[in-house]
Amino acid sequence: MRIKAQVAMVMHLDKCIGCHTCSVTCKNTWTNRPGTEYMWFNNVETRPGPGYPKRWEDTDRYKGGWELNNGKLKLRAGGPISKLANIFYNPNMAEMEDFYEPWTYDYDHLIHSPKSDHLPVARPKSQVTGKYMDKPEWGSNWDDDLAGGSEIVPLDPNVEKMQEHIKMEYEKTFMMYLPRICEHCLNPSCVASCPSGALYKRDEDGIVLVDHDACRGWRFCQNGCPYHKVYYNWNTHKAEKCNFCYPRTEAGLPTICSETCVGRIRYIGVVLYDADKVKEAASVEDPQDLYEAQLSCFLDPFDPKVQSEAREAGINDAWLEAAKESPVYKMAMKWKIALPLHPEYRTMPMVWYVPPLSPIMNHITNEDELNTDGYIPAVDQMRIPVEYLASILAADDKEVVRKVLLKLSAMRVYMRGKTVGGVDEFKQSELVKQANTSPEEIEEMARLLGIAKYDERYVIPTGRREMDDDLHYKQGTCSLEDLAPQEGLHPTFGYMKAREKNYESG
Amino acid sequence: MTGIFWWVIFPYITVTIMILGLLYRYAFRQLTWAAPSTEFLEKKWLRFGSPLFHWGIIFAFIGHVMGMVIPIEFYHALGISDHAYHFGAIYGGGLVGLMVVAGVVILLIRKITIDPVRIKATFSDFFAVLAVLFVAATGTYMTIIYNTTVVEYEYRLTIGPWFRSLFMFQPRYDLMENVPMIFKIHVIAAFALFASIPFTKLVHIFSIPIKYPTRPPQQYRSRSNYKRQGL
Ligand code: HEM
Ligand code: SF4
Ligand code: SF4
Repeated sequence: MRIKAQVAMVMHLDKCIGCHTCSVTCKNTWTNRPGTEYMWFNNVETRPGPGYPKRWEDTDRYKGGWELNNGKLKLRAGGPISKLANIFYNPNMAEMEDFYEPWTYDYDHLIHSPKSDHLPVARPKSQVTGKYMDKPEWGSNWDDDLAGGSEIVPLDPNVEKMQEHIKMEYEKTFMMYLPRICEHCLNPSCVASCPSGALYKRDEDGIVLVDHDACRGWRFCQNGCPYHKVYYNWNTHKAEKCNFCYPRTEAGLPTICSETCVGRIRYIGVVLYDADKVKEAASVEDPQDLYEAQLSCFLDPFDPKVQSEAREAGINDAWLEAAKESPVYKMAMKWKIALPLHPEYRTMPMVWYVPPLSPIMNHITNEDELNTDGYIPAVDQMRIPVEYLASILAADDKEVVRKVLLKLSAMRVYMRGKTVGGVDEFKQSELVKQANTSPEEIEEMARLLGIAKYDERYVIPTGRREMDDDLHYKQGTCSLEDLAPQEGLHPTFGYMKAREKNYESG
Repeated sequence: MTGIFWWVIFPYITVTIMILGLLYRYAFRQLTWAAPSTEFLEKKWLRFGSPLFHWGIIFAFIGHVMGMVIPIEFYHALGISDHAYHFGAIYGGGLVGLMVVAGVVILLIRKITIDPVRIKATFSDFFAVLAVLFVAATGTYMTIIYNTTVVEYEYRLTIGPWFRSLFMFQPRYDLMENVPMIFKIHVIAAFALFASIPFTKLVHIFSIPIKYPTRPPQQYRSRSNYKRQGL
């Protein structure tokens, strides 16, 4: 057993109002420099829709993530040798068109234009070339709220493969929001795709980062990530990605997207996992078993054996306590209401999603008479087809999604009975049994999901540097140390040695 | 005197600039050390230009090792006649030279005509492509045209031994005296190109990730331990 801690996130999709506050605060924090205009470490997609970049889920084209090849886990885009052969031109890499050409407006013209008969306008101007653009034709949220409708929706790869016909008539269609950040995967294919070893997963908190000193611009990570969450900076020729706001999480604060989330949909907590199990779990034959396999990597923070081993592995008590209170552990592992995004990519993503409930399609004439058990068939008639959710969150396994929706419905019915009344027979009902829950669990769930107190949503222990750092060494050092540390010429040689020591076959 | 300058002083100075420049940039300017990929901005031309050029350069490198580094006696010992060698060098080298030139020309046209690529290119980006084009074009001219129309020049008796003598720190500049002008220009341009490497994105040449196939796919790094473990 090799215990590591991971800071992870859950997003409760029911509460996302699609306001993009998260994207904007993230952009203002991290990606407001030249070369990063098109990067949205956090973006919010309207689903069904092609997403950002366009059709990122089209793994046949971008070849992101892993696949099982004769029982062995292989990068879909090809292993090291084929990467080196394709290093001069990466056939699978997305180009600017797949994202969009970032633009601004010529605001200055509004102020300085000479007197004229017409109102001055601010023309769009490319942020890449600085030239005027005729008209912008695509952007990161061009299809927001189903804009583009029946022309754009069929571009969604999940829709393409659906058996069920998606209805686009106004009264019958459906939509949901999908906020996305880097998944900080347990088995990150971006890391494995980097020829220079510039991407790495942090031991202490599992955050996946790019070492900008080591990045050489070989750009295999951009499409190596099946979620398309590594971006190539065309200005610096280096890769950039979501860093889980590590300067904030190290200080015990939530990421900026979470902090500012209007819908309070985001939860951050610590989970413990066994790094030795990851590769095996990612290699199970049937993609539909990946979800359970991933769950089997996590360790029970209440188990004394786990605790003592974790202490031995250098995880301190503050982290162990946080692991017990972790909302992520509760929602994803204990209650199993949060699911990983596209588990079939085999990267073991660590941002989990509580699927949204939606109105029931077949109109229920008298809702007061709907008895408790009536909700069981209703789950299959929700406006957002279970098939669609299963395609996004469960490798097409509808049963997994059904179970979650049933549990959430049970919570709704129970809480309604409690506050409004009229649902007395709940405890004995079939719904409780089928949803595999209990009133106690439901009350706990309802508190975390509904009341969502700040300090229950974010249980983040501060970074572990104070206990590991050699304070004696630091005494009296100054910033020049970064250029010429007293122990040697250049830190890179130091990084490399440390890196080798930390190399662990995955 | 000019012989000493061009065939002793100049090569050492340019190579010294290259080595010191690279060391400096490696130590203090890692953030700028990358392959200058513009694939994000344009793919269609790059798809042909870049692989053509780079594979050509790799073969051209091998060709230079065969001609400059391996002594003529080695070929004689193997029983390869001078004529056979030049036959191979002209056809093989010529093809490779054309690959390189065609590749750079495609890249250059792309750099000039595709808006975002041109606008984002710096002076040093253009300089690198033009300098490589000049060296490659003179080299290819020698191989294909000079060798077939003027004389099959035996550089393995002059330029080759001179080049090797540089590494012995006993430069035999006298060997270069009677070398045809076009060969001289090629050599001088190449050394000038070497000197420019630390100042352009050509530094990526020294970053071929050869260790990639042997390293474990997943990598962990410890935030707080690297300093103490590493140094
Ligand atoms: C074998 C090691 C090498 C590797 C892995 C390599 C890789 C690359 C890559 C990935 C690019 C960016 C292509 C793109 O996406 O736009 C590039 C560009 C370039 N490389 Fe190399 N390269 C190597 C050797 C060389 C050598 C030996 C030279 C010249 C002597 C060279 C000259 C260039 C030039 C001039 C460009 C810029 C092309 C442009 O601006 O359009 N490379 N290289
Ligand atoms: S989601 Fe993040 S950690 Fe996972 S492969 Fe993509 S960039 Fe890497
Ligand atoms: S800020 Fe919260 S509610 Fe708003 S779009 Fe982002 S995740 Fe959804």
